[in-house]
Amino acid sequence: MAKGYSGVSLPFPTLAKTALEDTQLRTNLARATTTIRNKRAKVVAEVGDWEALRQAGHDIKMESLSNLSTHLTQFEKEFTSAGGHVHWARNSQEACEIVARIAKENQVTSVVKVKSLTTDEINLNEYLGARGIEAKETDLAELIVQLADEHPSHILVPAIHKNRDQIRDLFVEKIAEAREGLSNNPRDLAMTARVHLRNRFLSARMAVSGANFAIAESGTLCVVESEGNGRMCLTLPEILVSVVGIEKILPKWTDLEVFLQLLPRSSTGERMNPYTSFWTGAGDGPSQRHVILLDNGRIQTLADENGREALACIRCSACMNVCPVYERTGGHSYNSVYPGPIGAIITPQLLGPGLAKTLPFASTLCGACYDVCPVKINIPKILVHLRANENRANASISEKLAMRAAAYALRPDGLKILARLIRATSPLLTSSAFTKLSKSLPVAKKWMAFRDIPRTRLNKKP
Amino acid sequence: MKVGLFATCINSIYFTRTVTATRTVLEKLGVEIIETEQVCCGQMHINSGYPDLAKPLVDRVEKNFKDCDFIVAPSASCIGSLREHEDRPELVAKCFDLSEFLVDILKVTDVGATFNHRVTLHTTCHSLRVAKLGDKPQQLLRAVRGLELIELPESDSCCGFGGTFSVKNSDVSGAMLADKMRNISSTKAEYVVSADNSCLMHIGGGLQREKSSIEVLHLAEILANTNG
Repeated sequence: MAKGYSGVSLPFPTLAKTALEDTQLRTNLARATTTIRNKRAKVVAEVGDWEALRQAGHDIKMESLSNLSTHLTQFEKEFTSAGGHVHWARNSQEACEIVARIAKENQVTSVVKVKSLTTDEINLNEYLGARGIEAKETDLAELIVQLADEHPSHILVPAIHKNRDQIRDLFVEKIAEAREGLSNNPRDLAMTARVHLRNRFLSARMAVSGANFAIAESGTLCVVESEGNGRMCLTLPEILVSVVGIEKILPKWTDLEVFLQLLPRSSTGERMNPYTSFWTGAGDGPSQRHVILLDNGRIQTLADENGREALACIRCSACMNVCPVYERTGGHSYNSVYPGPIGAIITPQLLGPGLAKTLPFASTLCGACYDVCPVKINIPKILVHLRANENRANASISEKLAMRAAAYALRPDGLKILARLIRATSPLLTSSAFTKLSKSLPVAKKWMAFRDIPRTRLNKKP
Repeated sequence: MKVGLFATCINSIYFTRTVTATRTVLEKLGVEIIETEQVCCGQMHINSGYPDLAKPLVDRVEKNFKDCDFIVAPSASCIGSLREHEDRPELVAKCFDLSEFLVDILKVTDVGATFNHRVTLHTTCHSLRVAKLGDKPQQLLRAVRGLELIELPESDSCCGFGGTFSVKNSDVSGAMLADKMRNISSTKAEYVVSADNSCLMHIGGGLQREKSSIEVLHLAEILANTNG
């Protein structure tokens, strides 16, 4: 079973340092993110009105968020009248309790799972496991991560940190269906997982999913996936429980026209995703259908006018694939179910700033994420907003004083004095004696760890 | 046309050579520069999460250049930051990076410069994605006599500076810098040029640490050069 997030606040720079030293990880990450990034760029370039689509996606999401209660109650009404059961959960604890209760009432001891970030967010697998209910992941990469007892490191490709040799070794050790002498050929690996998963699908009585979209006007849930494991989970078992964040709501069925164009091109770099499943209440397939509408920090996020845009996220992961920080540090450095640039703005808002003090600072504000975001979330702007919140609450006295002093020094008179001071001390600053001394100065040592003070750029008096 | 030269704080303090070069280029093209005080755009404070400390700095920029029609700076980053102040539309409308001012307002790409060297361009993040300079720096460089412009692999990826990021996340910044320097070295250029001295301070400091023969140079300094 994959480990849940402990909630222990480990600073990003510390975790990143460990990740940077793992050369295998950096090679895997660079290769994978570059491939997906290029695929995305190619298929996005094919769409003539991409910018208009992005704007439409942004506008629909923001409108939907501003009338959330109306859309949610409409969804509840429609889903219920179609024979489904709607539950409301204020937090992780309540959502997990509801899933466990449904399992208990139906005498279920194991559930199959469609890849779902929301259930990872609430640590559902661990909760169920502790109550004797085994949660089995069925997405190939999620299965790999679960077998390895790790966390996903990327929201779309959870096992991006592993290569095929590592996966082969894992399958041989953990999967009964893995035949002797299994190769590292991707097809052989996939076929092994397929046989293993088939047995799970055929014996499962209950499935747990998330949802990409929830349509208010028709009470319909939608799951978008690539492997068909989702379709199996959504149709074969008797009972289906979907844990859905309240921000996933879209007002109208026709809104999907926009999002089903934006999502596959942005996430997997495909024109269309292989499997798109919809269900409304009960009907064919599972006879019992439940949806748990989850708050878990979303309403509080909605109240922040400078931060709420983060709730428009459709979890495509395009921002991760272009992020130069993510590319080098990987998902585990963020210590959150939501890594990368979007994770740096969602985690502190949904799960509380205490869990993510360093995440808003884990960005150079290069803007690559904002450029590719299919719903135009201004990630750099929100990062800066969250930095200010964090500083107001927790910045060190020394940093506050330094920033105050800098603001004072950067006035016109101060600039003149600083210029003179630099000119007078420049031979000293670029001397080897200063380089040595700087190793014991608090901020300078961080700079001098990788760079000198550039001598060639120092000006002679104009 | 009333033009104010916004040197930016980092250039006023440390890279005055760039300020002199910017003045030279503009005056050569007949631009009359209104003398003003030097100020700071407040970007470091804004981006580091101290917006309240930045506000008086931005107020001062607005006041300092209130009689100017154009505020021209040799920094895409500072211009980009000033343009984010949607609540100050008059200020936003006046802000131009040097290459934008030359290409879009003066309609000049050939400024009469000569530079007999191999040069590669680091298209900074803020040039591309915040100030949105497009290929204006390239247009200006291609018109320089004697200059051979070599394409930098992955030129649009961040160098890892990021202001206080370079010290708060110094290991990640160092890893990004290493990749950037590897790409720069692969071009066999003599100079790496950009529209921002902040990135160049970081890249130049790294190249110097590696004892590389490649030097960093601001775009304005190449445009001001006439003697080869």
